[in-house]
Amino acid sequence: MISLQVNGEWRELDVEPEMPLLWALRDELGLTGTKFGCGIAACGACTVQVDGVAQRSCVLLVGAVDGASVRTVENLGTADNLSPLQAAWIKHQVPQCGYCQSGMLMAADALLSENPNPSDADIDAAMTNICRCGTYQRVRAAIHDAAKAKA
Amino acid sequence: MKRPSRRQFLIGGSAVGGGLLLGYGLLSPERREVAGSIIGGEGAQLTTWVRIHPDNTVTFYVPHGEMGQGVHTALPMMAAEEMEADWDLVRMEQAPATPTFANGPLGKGYLTNGGGVPSALNGAANFATYKLAELMNLQITGGSTAVRFTGQFGMRVTGAAAKEMLIKAAAEKWGVAEEECTARLSHVLHEASGRKATFGELAELAAEFSPSANPVLKNKKDYTIVGTAKQRFDIPAKVTGESMYGIDVKVPGMLYAAIKQVPVIGGSVARVNDTEALAARGVRAVVTLEDGVAVVADNTWRAKQALDLLEVEFTDGGNGHVSSDSIFAQFDKALAENDGEEDVEKGEGAEALGSAKTVVEADYRVPFLAHATMEPMNCTVRIENGKCDVWIGTQDGLGTRAVAAQAAGLSDDDVTIHPLMMGGGFGRRSPGSPNHIIQAVKIAKEVGAPVKLTWSREDDMQHDYYRPAVSARMSAGFDEEGNLTTWVNRYIRKDEPAEASHIPYAVANQSIRYVESEVHIPYGPWRSVAHTQHTFFNESFADELAHAAGKDPYQFRRDLLKDQPRHLAVLDLAAKKANWGGPLPEGHARGIAVQESFQTIVAEVVEVSLDENGRPRVHNVTAAVDCGEVINTDTARAQVESGIIYGLTAALYGEITVENGAVVEENFPDYEMVRLANTPKMDVHFIESGAKLGGLGEPGTPPVAPALANALFSLTGQRIRSLPLKNHEFSRSNRLAQAAD
Ligand code: FES
Ligand code: FES
Repeated sequence: MISLQVNGEWRELDVEPEMPLLWALRDELGLTGTKFGCGIAACGACTVQVDGVAQRSCVLLVGAVDGASVRTVENLGTADNLSPLQAAWIKHQVPQCGYCQSGMLMAADALLSENPNPSDADIDAAMTNICRCGTYQRVRAAIHDAAKAKA
Repeated sequence: MKRPSRRQFLIGGSAVGGGLLLGYGLLSPERREVAGSIIGGEGAQLTTWVRIHPDNTVTFYVPHGEMGQGVHTALPMMAAEEMEADWDLVRMEQAPATPTFANGPLGKGYLTNGGGVPSALNGAANFATYKLAELMNLQITGGSTAVRFTGQFGMRVTGAAAKEMLIKAAAEKWGVAEEECTARLSHVLHEASGRKATFGELAELAAEFSPSANPVLKNKKDYTIVGTAKQRFDIPAKVTGESMYGIDVKVPGMLYAAIKQVPVIGGSVARVNDTEALAARGVRAVVTLEDGVAVVADNTWRAKQALDLLEVEFTDGGNGHVSSDSIFAQFDKALAENDGEEDVEKGEGAEALGSAKTVVEADYRVPFLAHATMEPMNCTVRIENGKCDVWIGTQDGLGTRAVAAQAAGLSDDDVTIHPLMMGGGFGRRSPGSPNHIIQAVKIAKEVGAPVKLTWSREDDMQHDYYRPAVSARMSAGFDEEGNLTTWVNRYIRKDEPAEASHIPYAVANQSIRYVESEVHIPYGPWRSVAHTQHTFFNESFADELAHAAGKDPYQFRRDLLKDQPRHLAVLDLAAKKANWGGPLPEGHARGIAVQESFQTIVAEVVEVSLDENGRPRVHNVTAAVDCGEVINTDTARAQVESGIIYGLTAALYGEITVENGAVVEENFPDYEMVRLANTPKMDVHFIESGAKLGGLGEPGTPPVAPALANALFSLTGQRIRSLPLKNHEFSRSNRLAQAAD
């Protein structure tokens, strides 16, 4: 049995320790906000936070995060209670197809908690997620905006 | 253009059935009733696509899938504008995939715009005979069609018709003349008496009237919704992770499938040993299909792991010797041996080259490209008691229904499509590209339980329907005075849209011909379809000609566009906004290109430099866009930005290579994408010329590759005649030496 704290709640998983966290979240725990894009840590669609650090869950084995605290997009804020980052995302109308956006938001949220006022270069370095719809310009603007709102 | 008048379109049965389409398809009371019963619940159904609820909210049923292009918001905006609905009370739902909600206006749009059936629609039905009845059943999202056709011919009319019915209801209720009543912000008012009622209060009575076949549309100057920036309905759920994509669906009792596909396209499965795979944890079944072997398990990852335990032998279908090199060699040979079929012949055609003072020749080519939607292909199917349910993100619900019915051996009526959000489409989720759907149906049928098939990224990249590889031989002639008099192009493969290979320039002698040269790599429409290759060829070659003539590339184009005021206007605007000819930082250069696609004209100026490794670094892209009219100003801008990044990715990195009959690239590291750090600053400007509504999802893409290649020429003196740019080495030394001379 593997125990994880997922979005604040302890969950037990009877799975192989080498199952990637992504599939444990999606298929075993039904948390489908975290997306599959490449399976090899190349796109960032599966980004979650493990003990506060942005991680690509498609290559993170559940066995390696036994006992850790995992945070997914479902925990960022709800429609009636959006986080400042999500509000900035809506203000800038960032998502197009939206598929990459859970990963973008989790990466951006981790960036802001570490660096409340990131420069463009900081954003470039932290946000390596792929968006096939090309929403990058708006992602950058929304991160700057959220940083201001938090300040 | 044989476009019938609006009156013919609404009423006449003569104009290729236009009246029939709308009269029957959109407004007929029977169809409205059927639509209402399918949706169920409360509220009065005014037309097929509009329902008013007692609480005064209005729901529009949009017969298109949302893939991020904003259609779920733009179409309700058009309807709400005509209806005089209060935008805060407007809701939207995607219409069910049944013929009742089918998209007559889309078929109408194709018919009246004089075009043939775009290849995006192939496979939806039998287009060999191109029957109108079948066209009526389209729900496709593609070809930049939604706003142009459904919106223009459907949603506007449906909104206006609903408004008239509400006014009639109010007039009857109050015993006053219709003309004395007006609609505003989801109310009908009778000013003389000060009476006022909500749409919700009037809806039931209104539904008793027949929708007018010919409602009066608003004047653009009175618009309050269209032409503003409205927040998209689909965005909130996309920032909370709640938005449901095809890949997210979970059906009771569902199993998960992964597939090992035949590597060589056209090959088949010869032999399978599944003993080990079947013994693995969680594995329930192994299903052998013609084009692959699927493992079905209780978790996606377990299914995928067990694929490695399969022993499979494949045949290569006789394609094992084919490579990208052999394909391009085949194209060269075809172009050398064959003068091709006529596309455009003007003046003396290619003969005129004989009398030209100077002739410029150049061979161009582009590789295959994958769509690489962010959400890999997937499809969930349940077949039970002779009924089939399909959960999928699709650009065409009804086309998908037909594909699934055929694969299941059922009739269309026994198949229900549950449309979900698409994690990108770009043409890949159109009905002519159904391999994943057919596989999922067959697996579910054999297993006898609901199954979700999820492709790996590798599957998605290696089993796509690709933007074709294309070669072109261009030549042009100048007369004694240095005027461009002749334009000749021999290219491979006639594609959609038919006019993509044509030029807007005033050149007296033109000969544009094509040669068909078949390959085994499957074809699919890719964002902006044939414009991607032809704009690169034509606009790069035009740039070569400008330099050959010793003219500024922008001025050279201007001189040849004197009779094309819309082209000229976007070209001028892009040049002005990009400060064309103005000073630039050391080591930077600009390039320009212009293209009309899907009735929208886009000019783009790209500013580039070389980084420390000699790789192109794009700093700015300035776009000027004339799409006739802008519906949602912010979404419009987002669409053009998106198109630019998509085109830039292709120009810089995009290449699908074939070796031993199979696709070489597997995943993002070898099919690289523009990312945030190398995203240029994009600056998009619109011209509302009032021309017929053009598309926006695609037209931003074509000009960017040639504008970038032209900028690189200006910077380095190197002319790029093949993409992607990652295959070229750049250096400024040539240019600096030339400048020093
Ligand atoms: S799915 Fe994990 S990085 Fe792409
Ligand atoms: S919004 Fe579509 S992939 Fe990013």
